[in-house]
Amino acid sequence: MAIFHWIKTELTKTLDGPLVALIFTLFVISLGMLYSSSQGDVGAVLTQANHFAIALVLMWVVAKAPLEYLSRLALPLYLFAVVLLILTALIGEESKGAQRWLDLQVIRIQPSELLKIALPLMLAWYFDRYERVLRPINYLVAALLLLVPVALILRQPDLGTAILVFASGFFVLFFAGMSIRIFGFIATLALLVMPFAWGLLHAYQQRRILMLLNPSADPLGAGYHSIQSTIAIGSGGFLGKGWMDGTQSQLNFLPEGTTDFIFAVLGEEFGFVGVLLIFLVYALLIWRGLKIAAQAPSLFSRLAAISITMTFFIYVFVNVGMVIGLLPIVGVPLPLVSFGGSSAATVLLGMGVLMNFRANRRIVQT
Amino acid sequence: MRAHRYRKSSSVLNEFNARIHGGIVAMLIMSALLLGRLFYLQVVNADYYQVRAENNRINVTPILPNRGLIYDSKGTVLAKNYSSYALELLLGGTDDPDRVISGLADLIIISDEDRRRIEDALRVSSRFSNIVIRDDLSEEEVALFTSNAYRFPEIQLSAQLYREYPYGEITSHLLGHVRRVSEADLQRLEQKGLKTAYTNSDWIGKVGIEAFYESTLRGQLGLNYVEVDSRGTEIRLLDRQNPISGQNVVLTINIALQQVAYDAFADQNGALIALDPNDGSVLAFVSKPGYDPSYFVKGLDTTTWQQMLDSIDRPLVNRASSGVYPPGSTLKPFLALAGLEAGLRTPAWSMWDPGYFSLPGSNAKFRDWKKGGHGQVNMHKAIVESVDTYFYKLADELGIDTIHRYLTRFGFGAKTGIDLPSESNGVAPSREWKKRRFGTPWYPGDTISVGIGQGYNLVTPLQLAVATAGIANGHSLVQPVLTKAELDPTFKKDSTSITPTRVRPLLMSPQNVKVLQKAMEGVMRPGGTAANAAAGATYTMAGKTGTAQVFGLKGEDYDENTIDKKLRDHALFIAYAPADDPTIALAVIVENGGHGGSVAAPIARKVFDAYFKSQP
Repeated sequence: MAIFHWIKTELTKTLDGPLVALIFTLFVISLGMLYSSSQGDVGAVLTQANHFAIALVLMWVVAKAPLEYLSRLALPLYLFAVVLLILTALIGEESKGAQRWLDLQVIRIQPSELLKIALPLMLAWYFDRYERVLRPINYLVAALLLLVPVALILRQPDLGTAILVFASGFFVLFFAGMSIRIFGFIATLALLVMPFAWGLLHAYQQRRILMLLNPSADPLGAGYHSIQSTIAIGSGGFLGKGWMDGTQSQLNFLPEGTTDFIFAVLGEEFGFVGVLLIFLVYALLIWRGLKIAAQAPSLFSRLAAISITMTFFIYVFVNVGMVIGLLPIVGVPLPLVSFGGSSAATVLLGMGVLMNFRANRRIVQT
Repeated sequence: MRAHRYRKSSSVLNEFNARIHGGIVAMLIMSALLLGRLFYLQVVNADYYQVRAENNRINVTPILPNRGLIYDSKGTVLAKNYSSYALELLLGGTDDPDRVISGLADLIIISDEDRRRIEDALRVSSRFSNIVIRDDLSEEEVALFTSNAYRFPEIQLSAQLYREYPYGEITSHLLGHVRRVSEADLQRLEQKGLKTAYTNSDWIGKVGIEAFYESTLRGQLGLNYVEVDSRGTEIRLLDRQNPISGQNVVLTINIALQQVAYDAFADQNGALIALDPNDGSVLAFVSKPGYDPSYFVKGLDTTTWQQMLDSIDRPLVNRASSGVYPPGSTLKPFLALAGLEAGLRTPAWSMWDPGYFSLPGSNAKFRDWKKGGHGQVNMHKAIVESVDTYFYKLADELGIDTIHRYLTRFGFGAKTGIDLPSESNGVAPSREWKKRRFGTPWYPGDTISVGIGQGYNLVTPLQLAVATAGIANGHSLVQPVLTKAELDPTFKKDSTSITPTRVRPLLMSPQNVKVLQKAMEGVMRPGGTAANAAAGATYTMAGKTGTAQVFGLKGEDYDENTIDKKLRDHALFIAYAPADDPTIALAVIVENGGHGGSVAAPIARKVFDAYFKSQP
């Protein structure tokens, strides 16, 4: 019975029980929705289960690593990721008008995904390092460290990932104590620059934003995704149409039902009740993340934890927002539910980091 | 060491915790935004989105009903349905219909008319409704398409019902025809609130009986509720609402008689209406030339259409009820009756006819058709020999106001109320009419021309037949009717008999009418203008000939042989039989035929012969 003892130890000492429970709840939801929206494709479900298994191993490794490794790895990981991003821009594969993938012979990777974890670690490490001698110049450097990869990702172009990477870096800056006034100044500046930035967006990105303002202008073109997902969710009503019984998803009116738009399948088949339930799971997960951040042992871990947690929220917010027609369609998956390996891996890497901090938490003084 | 560090950074930690609270508030607000929107979509507006989801999923495809058949009074089918194949464009299947159609045009003839109709349909049609590309394919075309069908996945061959008119042009003006609905039709139907009753590949009666009895013949669309996926592929049938077949319509027409009448015109144009003078049932309704109604059913090409429009024979004009002609001398019996009724003439009253009439104080001569005149003329002789001078004088004495009053009583100048979508009013001239029409006052000379049915008089053959029926039955003006019953094809409902609704009493003294009846019998006897046409008949006839000038020739002699055919006189004839108890009354007009007695009357004789031969 040594194996049970080991599992028990891992769950209580290395991993965080509540987080694991919430993650597995999301796995069950994910596989269930995937089975429905793929119209009973067991193959797709098994593939996703496989994705989860790999991601879980990554999470466990990160959670188990000594805390110092994480802060020591931050800079090399960041540099590695940025180099890969540059390589992607130079020799990346192009598909559907975007250059996002890098073929390293052994594996094909999307370096921008790596940044979702590397950037917050890097910035957290940076602020930790200059904790006692923090000067305004440090914020400027941090901003640069943030903007370089975001710019590279925007260039690919991949607005969705850029938003998430930016958010992860922004949260570190914010929680590191960057002056609210400076944020206000930057936000004002950004608003002023927006009209010029509009011209830099790709035509399809402009279309998606315009479409959000008036989706019925082009119901079979750019507005199709938004209209169909809104119909799917609205028609689900309070209790939903039942599992595997959503007409919008089962008859393929809803596009991307297994990936970015899986939330619409959930909304259609389980209604407002189902929506409230998954929101509850996400809320508990975020609450746990916030608690871990609050009890984290160092500035580095505090900043990394809060950034990972808040970014996770942004993940959910952007995905749900675009599916229900509040935000433009930017291609952000629903974390731990949408079909896909890289998203699951980066999210669970983040969870691993949180668990690591949890295991090394500061003993609360009573 | 560690404790020290915590104390040192406690202010930072406080700031950090404060900002976490800020972050929580921000997340709560953003979540509230999402949940608010979700509540709005799923709870407030769930019904609306459920309807939209159902509209996505359920494709309602119409099933066309069987159109009711049209029978003649003896049960002969005049309009029926046959099944054939059409090519339809599946709209879910292509983004570029033009390319598909031009590809198909290499294989199968697609007329300009078809293309125009397809363009119209593409403009209005919904996402999944099919559009007819070509109707009524020949066997060769079906074979040709089937062997190439793999090249056209967006096109399907579909079995359809087509309208067929076995008697073709003989019944064309009577029955009219059906056509595919046009965009204009759909707009008109929408105004009437009937749009949902038709699909955009539907048939609709355009003229004649087909149009007038459209609501009876049409039946009711059936509907298939089919579940489809996003590409329009049918998944399963959810529900079916069967179509209801249209009612059959039984006409009063005797097609054998109609055929005889049509053939009797030989190569001449004109119109004939024969009806039962007692109840107004129309027995024959001929307008010649007719047209081939199948052109319209199968889709008319521009060239044929243009030829029909440009033809000097004007085959698309329904001469029988919409064509207007000067009545010529066929108007004389009605004017004579007016003279008797107004108390200005008695049957015995007579006058000397020198061969012309002049208005008092004028030297202008209105000439009789017979040089030298007819001698002493009473009313009987005036009708039998069609004495113009007698009627010049009578018209002058009656005056236009009295003439108008009596002509109106015979139904001239007004629609007869026949069950057809359109008919002409004709003209029963009056002072007000001329003022309105030309802005000039009525001159005494105008009245003189009216006396012999020239001048401003215009009648339709139908009006003339109805007025003749009035003299024949002696007491009333009947409303002509083409239909006697509507039959339910399934015999679930009783058939509805149609009886004429409007019968107007003539309000004329029977003795006076009798005088005219006798005079019209005299027309058919030796010495009368139509004596030849009656020779050898086994029944007695009464009639009146007419010859109407199309073109006034001034100072030149009229020579039938040298004048352009289109300028020749129209030949007219009205008649009824048997003279003592009439069962059939008719009016014939032969355009540019010449003399009524020699050209129009023989046609009437043939119709009468055929009619009485078939009657026991």
